[in-house]
Amino acid sequence: MTDTTSQPIPSQRKNLAQQLELDTRLLGMVGAFVILCLAFNFVTEGRFLTPRNVFNLTVQTVSVAIMACGMVFVIVTRNIDLSVGALLATCSAVMAVTQTDILPNMLGLELGHPAIAPIAIIVGLVTGAIIGAFQGWLIGYLTIPAFIVTLGGLLVWRNVGWYLTRGQTIGPLDETFMAFGGTNGTLGVTLSWIVGVLLTLAAIAAMWSGRRSKASHGFPVKPMWAEFTMSGLAAGSILGFIWILNSYEIPTRRLQRLFEARGEIMPDGYTEAYGLPISVFVLIAVAIGLTIMAQRTRLGRYIFATGGNPDAAELSGINTRLLTVKVFALMGGLCALSAVVASARLANHTNDIGTLDELRVIAAAVIGGTALSGGIGTIHGAILGALIMQSLQSGMAMVGVDAPFQNIVVGIVLVAAVLIDIIYRKRTGAH
Amino acid sequence: MATPLVEMRDMSISFGGIKAVDHVSVDLHPGEVVGLLGHNGAGKSTLIKMLSGAYTPDSGQIFINGEKADIHNPRDARRYNIETIYQTLALADNLDAASNLFLGRELVTPLGLVDDAAMEAETRKIMGRLNPNFQKFSAPVSALSGGQRQSVAIARAVYFNARILIMDEPTAALGPHETQMVAELIHQLKAEGIGIFLIDHDVHQVMNLCDRASVMKNGELVGTVNVKDVTDDDLLGMIILGKHPHETAA
Repeated sequence: MTDTTSQPIPSQRKNLAQQLELDTRLLGMVGAFVILCLAFNFVTEGRFLTPRNVFNLTVQTVSVAIMACGMVFVIVTRNIDLSVGALLATCSAVMAVTQTDILPNMLGLELGHPAIAPIAIIVGLVTGAIIGAFQGWLIGYLTIPAFIVTLGGLLVWRNVGWYLTRGQTIGPLDETFMAFGGTNGTLGVTLSWIVGVLLTLAAIAAMWSGRRSKASHGFPVKPMWAEFTMSGLAAGSILGFIWILNSYEIPTRRLQRLFEARGEIMPDGYTEAYGLPISVFVLIAVAIGLTIMAQRTRLGRYIFATGGNPDAAELSGINTRLLTVKVFALMGGLCALSAVVASARLANHTNDIGTLDELRVIAAAVIGGTALSGGIGTIHGAILGALIMQSLQSGMAMVGVDAPFQNIVVGIVLVAAVLIDIIYRKRTGAH
Repeated sequence: MATPLVEMRDMSISFGGIKAVDHVSVDLHPGEVVGLLGHNGAGKSTLIKMLSGAYTPDSGQIFINGEKADIHNPRDARRYNIETIYQTLALADNLDAASNLFLGRELVTPLGLVDDAAMEAETRKIMGRLNPNFQKFSAPVSALSGGQRQSVAIARAVYFNARILIMDEPTAALGPHETQMVAELIHQLKAEGIGIFLIDHDVHQVMNLCDRASVMKNGELVGTVNVKDVTDDDLLGMIILGKHPHETAA
């Protein structure tokens, strides 16, 4: 027994990625995504990487990406949720009926009342969370396999949504509510820059506080140049993204209509850009919140521990049954949030909203590196997975690939991504 | 004799009509190592899982320091300072050593967020004591060797000031060097006044490390003997034939 409180840390030659403490798997995915975008951009002669298309791509990705964040936790705990698309439809139907029928007709709030959108959204979130918690209870406490519960749920909630609306399209939705849809609700140039700068400062502050906390315990820290490189990369990508969105100008015709609606005349040569869509802002907030939850809270730690070894988690005193309920309740709440974004984008609730979304969501999480065997997955990976899928789909549509081939390619990419993941994990000896 | 640290009285538990543990009583004193012996399926692990809170007994009572203890889950057991090193180690393979050591008892910052740096610092301290060669603090425990994994499991049991330690075949997966380390650790903990239940297959090891041995067969207690009073063959006879050598109940 020797008393060595501080042990020598072996210094090895490290490559660039290791020195920057970058996740090589994430790096590979980002690389694949960049190559994909450049290839589409080349084939479409520069039409793919225009501010307009980047704007549309991000807006189209949000709904699936929000649900993919929740799916990461579901899959990490060795479960699956096949009901997310159907649950989205039920939540969307509940919110549509609330804002177009129940609130105005039964409770007497006149159409356009500012309280309608918040009430409808809260009702939707609560509905989603309760349904999710119920499914989680069936899985955790009654030990019915998640696959079965949510397969049943797919049929049930898809048709509960149908029943609530009698299959009709419900709309137009509340004006404020529709601001969550993308094009109809953006932050504009100034606010977008402010958000971008705040995000950049937060990212850099997080990196430096992590460094300080490591240093205070005498752990090795990254060299200064690596710290500055990472801070620079973070700032560059956040502000670059904002810059692109701020470069997408609102078409003149649309601006004219906006001015006319306010009873004003548009000055000559007036321009305005969209900036950051509110829906994308919501996604960013969800992603940051859930990443903190995954990495820095007990709940997140227990979710990953349970996925890695359910018996060990149980023996450590973790209530894994209640944990399952919480994870599915969170998934349900995120389905409702996606329902807000999806129905606001369509400006209506439609009966087929969210159809096949369960497959897109699972595929996004899996392409993003979530392991179906449990215990492994990241929020940013899932979002990147959703972005890759959406880019593939809309890029192929832009190039003019026939619809059947589009789905064939997406299917092949999904399987290939998992194969590459398996090979990567074997090579690096990771779990 | 003084009040036992642990007294398990008349414990029984059945699974689907099979009596896994059938009216078994054992006890443990401070600074004592009691070996639990028996074939696979004799009920050793099941008996001890009732103490660690993994199973709830059908009948029987547990007394800690002479007072009746209510143990329904692992959290309860931890409140009585009972720590367990499971045969399977019970590690979450995807998490690093510090996360495993503090699993269920994370250190948190004033904001309530888990404090990974503080936990790693504590893990480095205790590992410096238990296994100075241990270096892989940021790797998931799946990347560790059998001995390293074992030392994480042991560190977890020792770190939280255990009064009662349960070791379920702690050396089953270890090489001779690491087995020796575990033996030294047991002597050290014993000197600190910790009571240890040691489940083992190896009669020789039990003779070396334990003060008393309780032998089980088919869910029943064959008997408890002072290790000094018996030979290896006597113990083997108890395990295989279920026969008490001579009436020397401790």
